[in-house]
Amino acid sequence: MHEMSIAQSLASLLEEEMEKAGARVLKSVRLEIGQMSAIVPEALAFGFEIVTQGTPMEGAELIMERVPLKGSCRECLREFEVRDYVFECPFCGGRSIDVVSGQELAVVEMTVD
Amino acid sequence: MKKISVVRNILEANERISEQNRALFNEKGLFVINLMSSPGAGKTTLLERTIENLKGEVRVGVIEGDVQSSRDAERIAAHDVQVVQINTGGACHLDGNMIRDTFDSMDFDNMDLLIVENVGNLVCPAEFKVGEDVKVMILSVTEGEDKPSKYPLMFHESSVLLVNKTDLLPYLDTDLEEIHTESLKVNPELTIFDVSCKTGEGLEGWFDWLRTRVSR
Repeated sequence: MHEMSIAQSLASLLEEEMEKAGARVLKSVRLEIGQMSAIVPEALAFGFEIVTQGTPMEGAELIMERVPLKGSCRECLREFEVRDYVFECPFCGGRSIDVVSGQELAVVEMTVD
Repeated sequence: MKKISVVRNILEANERISEQNRALFNEKGLFVINLMSSPGAGKTTLLERTIENLKGEVRVGVIEGDVQSSRDAERIAAHDVQVVQINTGGACHLDGNMIRDTFDSMDFDNMDLLIVENVGNLVCPAEFKVGEDVKVMILSVTEGEDKPSKYPLMFHESSVLLVNKTDLLPYLDTDLEEIHTESLKVNPELTIFDVSCKTGEGLEGWFDWLRTRVSR
């Protein structure tokens, strides 16, 4: 649902980066999407296809990598994968957990001509 | 063909605007809440109760976000506070830019607490900051105990959860304790108030929480 506005932000960010790089055509772009971000990849790909029509980004491939949700315990300082969104340290049972990864919504690489 | 490394947050434009909004709110000494829930969970009723309770004590302002109509803004305006309606025209959430667009119609110098009532939706609003100090969400008991695990982001990002419509519990199979347990799994630091915006039961705790955060 909100993937359309994310697709628009993505397109304007890429347009800026392409201009900086002096690129003519966007071939592909690699994204990191955190497991806990509320994004449906198919909806984002569809939105991106629509907003890039008639631009140098048209037809570019969106490569989306899911980043697992990882937490770090503030008590025992260990890192672990958060399963089923249960924020509890599997080592010491601590419940003060910082998110280390899994909330990303980022561009990491683009391939251009 | 060449590969270029670009490490940028897709939502950075929104985050930048939201930070600017937040800086302005701080300068004006405002406490700002981003209020989120499913449609019909009781956001506007909670606002009406809150405004009435804090009357004469805290100057409240409201930004109403809806896909269409000004019904909510009219309800709030009847309580004699500053209110602006945003119609997103289809978008499922508010963002920093939409909030900034309301600044001309708001008098922040005569306000202590600004509540942004987001579009009713348990998913999208959690992803977009608007410049708030805290996110507060409502879950009504009719929505069931499984919502925290199905929609974890909003529960994780919120500081306060109001479990509303507790007056309906006798008619439902919903287990209130289970709602607490499930919510705290996703966010152990969540402050939870069980309330009925209809009868007023349990709202004192919420009002007191607000009072401690709003400094005049």
